[in-house]
Amino acid sequence: MSLRPDLAIISDWIRPGSRVLDLGCGDGALLRHLHETRNVTGYGLEIDDANVTRCIQSGVNVIQTDLDAGLQDFTGKSFDYVIMTQTLQAVHFPDRLLEEMLRLGNEGIVTFPNFAHWNNRVQLALGGHMPMSRTLPNPWYSTPNIHLCTVTDFEQLCTERGIHVLQRVMVDHAHHRSLGDTLLPNLLGKNALYRFRRRD
Amino acid sequence: MPDALPADNVGLVTPRSMTFREPLALASGAVLSDYTLAYETYGELNAARSNAILLCHALSSNHHAAGFHSMEDRKPGWWDSCVGPGKPIDTRHFFVVCSNNLGGCHGSTGPASINPATGKPYGRDFPDIVVKDWVRSQARLADALGIERWAAVVGGSLGGMQALQWSIDFPERLAHAVVIAAAPRLSAQNIAFNEVARTAIKSDPDFHDGNFYEHNVIPERGLRLARMLGHITYLSDDLMHAKFGRELQAGSPTTGYEMEFQVESYLRYQGSKFAREFDANTYLLMTKTLDHFDPARDFNNDFTQALKHVRAKFLVISFASDWRFSPARSREIVRSLLDNNLDVVYAAIEANEGHDAFLMPIPQYTKVFSAYLQQVARQVSAP
Repeated sequence: MSLRPDLAIISDWIRPGSRVLDLGCGDGALLRHLHETRNVTGYGLEIDDANVTRCIQSGVNVIQTDLDAGLQDFTGKSFDYVIMTQTLQAVHFPDRLLEEMLRLGNEGIVTFPNFAHWNNRVQLALGGHMPMSRTLPNPWYSTPNIHLCTVTDFEQLCTERGIHVLQRVMVDHAHHRSLGDTLLPNLLGKNALYRFRRRD
Repeated sequence: MPDALPADNVGLVTPRSMTFREPLALASGAVLSDYTLAYETYGELNAARSNAILLCHALSSNHHAAGFHSMEDRKPGWWDSCVGPGKPIDTRHFFVVCSNNLGGCHGSTGPASINPATGKPYGRDFPDIVVKDWVRSQARLADALGIERWAAVVGGSLGGMQALQWSIDFPERLAHAVVIAAAPRLSAQNIAFNEVARTAIKSDPDFHDGNFYEHNVIPERGLRLARMLGHITYLSDDLMHAKFGRELQAGSPTTGYEMEFQVESYLRYQGSKFAREFDANTYLLMTKTLDHFDPARDFNNDFTQALKHVRAKFLVISFASDWRFSPARSREIVRSLLDNNLDVVYAAIEANEGHDAFLMPIPQYTKVFSAYLQQVARQVSAP
């Protein structure tokens, strides 16, 4: 089974043998991969019935829950990493969830679609409509993405909340490393991958 | 009973019983000099004796979990929706054991059994039983059947709590625990409902302080009331509305106090049926056992500490409309398992059926239950 390229990049960030909490873990592919290749243990949180079933079939420890209802079932700094891929923009309180990630984990990893990608800018500025793309496939009225942000927005929030960015990678719609990784990330990067921790 | 047995049914089954001559010291300090457990098995034990699953039954249930006793039976065992070939507890892969709990009234030693010391039924003299005692009596059954370690111990409601107790008392003797629609201990409201049921039984003049056997009567009115009350708590408001609404019973007058709603007729039927089949003293004993279940009590009321020696992997399942043991109660179990870094899967099933949902073939419930036990079956058959 080949792993989505952005998940493969994240996997390389995880130290073998560590404990991981995956928020919105989908079908559990990342956790399963991390377990098989890096002896990683941990849990995935997921709300969708079909995904929960797939996680169980993959032998992933999945807890069926709504991230918007909070993470109070977890106590203390019990994880090395708390991961949230392509979900930050879909939760009610992204800022609170970032704080929660660093309450429970030493490091946080998030990925999200960069709303300031040039194609989105063109659609809004010249087309006059909410952008749609392979990364953002839903029209405005039915999109789950209620808190879209840009690379600049995210990094500003991190600065305000005392969060130190350790690593950033920009990938394209197929989740391969893109030009935006090195050049004008907020304009050319379609998806952002971040690793961060609390500033000492 | 259908004319022909469905392909996914375990078929005709014969209950068995085993008598244990070695005295059993109970948690209360009392000793049962000998005792009998009634049980049923489905499927085949493999050569490695590694594919056995123990089912723990709920409050008013028994060892007849699946299949039919005769072609005349109107209904199969209580968990037939989940036990059988191709069902979540798949008898093609697992050897399934279900025993009637000690204190029961379906073949295991209980209050209606003859007390060897007096030659008369125990009645109210039957010793107090706690869930730990059930677990120890079942461990002896496992020994006798040559099962050193269960692939899984599985139960719903009180049975789920029993599975939990197994994981605490015999950490090495089970690989997995499946805890469905349960709680780490009862709430005051749960205990209150049980007390009303007990009061109904005890205040029936035919109860005779538990020695009704001598008078050749049963406290039928009390048992009926207890069961009617129980049934209200097993169902959700929505399900009752969907099942009965405000429909009147056929033949009922449409005005006046004589008119009868279908829900009344249903409760009366369930109550009467139960009163004829169930022993009043067993009902008192089982509800008390349920009330007293509290593994945290020995650990400063810290449930997480109570689980610190647990080794089993867990599947915990709750149902949205269950108000007897709500999803929040299951999450208490999950939280303490997480605090102990144990392997746990938690499925929160959207279901309308209330507490009784755990007995029903609800699609998402069946899916997660099957998926989990298929993993267990794979581990059992792995070299």
